[in-house]
Amino acid sequence: MTEIAIIDYGVGNLRSVERAFAATGNPATITDDESILCEAKGLVLPGVGAFAACMKALSARGFDGLVRERVMKGTPLLGICVGMQLLFDESAEFGDAAGLGLIRGRVRRFPREQVVPQVGWNQIKKRNEHPLLAEVKDEAFFYFVHSYYCEVADSTVVVGETDYGVTYPSVIARGDLLGVQFHPEKSQAVGLQMLSNFAHRVRFNTWN
Amino acid sequence: MLAKRVIPCLDVDRGRVVKGVRFTSLIDAGDPVAQAKIYDRQNADELTFLDITASSNKRDIMIDMVRRVADEVFIPFTVGGGLRSVEDIRSVLRAGADKVSLNTAAVASPMLIAVSAETFGSQCIVVAIDARRRDPHDAGKGWEVFTHGGRQNAGRDVIEWAVHCELLGAGEILLTSMDCDGAKEGYDLELTRAISDAVRIPVIASGGAGKLEHFYDALTTGGASAVLAASLFHFGEFSITQVKDYLRERGVVVR
Repeated sequence: MTEIAIIDYGVGNLRSVERAFAATGNPATITDDESILCEAKGLVLPGVGAFAACMKALSARGFDGLVRERVMKGTPLLGICVGMQLLFDESAEFGDAAGLGLIRGRVRRFPREQVVPQVGWNQIKKRNEHPLLAEVKDEAFFYFVHSYYCEVADSTVVVGETDYGVTYPSVIARGDLLGVQFHPEKSQAVGLQMLSNFAHRVRFNTWN
Repeated sequence: MLAKRVIPCLDVDRGRVVKGVRFTSLIDAGDPVAQAKIYDRQNADELTFLDITASSNKRDIMIDMVRRVADEVFIPFTVGGGLRSVEDIRSVLRAGADKVSLNTAAVASPMLIAVSAETFGSQCIVVAIDARRRDPHDAGKGWEVFTHGGRQNAGRDVIEWAVHCELLGAGEILLTSMDCDGAKEGYDLELTRAISDAVRIPVIASGGAGKLEHFYDALTTGGASAVLAASLFHFGEFSITQVKDYLRERGVVVR
């Protein structure tokens, strides 16, 4: 059985995510095969570019329903970058677009005075201890590339925050539904550590 | 806080890293993956590969190199050189590159910026601008855009072109001063500052680094988000670690 499936819905640099998992010793499979996505023990939802385009591509393949269903049943899912943003109710990018509605809140653009996109290495301040960030130091640098950020309605889901003109949630968790705004697959050793933590949760069905 | 980036640039010819003054006296300097790993260990924030191959089958060789880099190096990297179409860009991104850098093709066909930004997202479209002063001694006269590896004057003002690139959806500007490139007397700070002030997307300063303080100046006086250098790192005059230690000591936030 496939342990970790990376959802292939036609967007993003999936290969990097796959290679990064492989480097941690936890193979992940890039797939658009619905039966594999329905059975995998853990899912990764990547995403780059425009929110609406990603949501449209996901829905066109019927994966929006699939993701919702599996998350509701407790399957661990990690959203990366726009993949994290898609978990929210809606985005203000190019007019309002609806997301998956799994996390209360919305996606907003960085303030006008900021250089946008934010490109580069920024820090995660831990707000809650969470095993996803086990072995990752507080204020560690991760690689970010984005123009929009998530605004949560319920701050209990915030695991880590980042400052860029505003302080915004960069790591969120609601049960085993997880999201990171940065690219762990491009964040050297700390990124691989985080992916390894997620893989551990998937493989052994426990965070311990 | 968002850290300032230090980016080594690798010139690649037929899938091999080459050292030397661009287009002349190229020395084979080995495997790009091996070199990328060295920079990765020195804590480079990103890598930029510039393909200078003239041959027609370059795409396949480049794609193969991109795949191999993506397999082993887990920091972002940009690929530039000879990318002309959305399909060219797609193939490089699919192979594992995070960004592409467009230069001559963007000037020849500015809509390529718009279409590719729309297709792949602004974050992966870097526009590289080669800039030359109208008057070497007077920054007030402005800069002109050059293409074809600096051989052709495009007849466009650099500030005007940079603003236009931003409007079309470019995610970053890689700004090279042709006047300063190779001279090791520092980046063109007036140029860097003029472009950083004119656009609200990140500007990567390139061309002219020779001393540690040059990196500092480009990031502070010049207002750049990142600094790029090629030969200085290739020839081991400074390691990336040294540059970052220096910047940190002077109060610049680096990773």
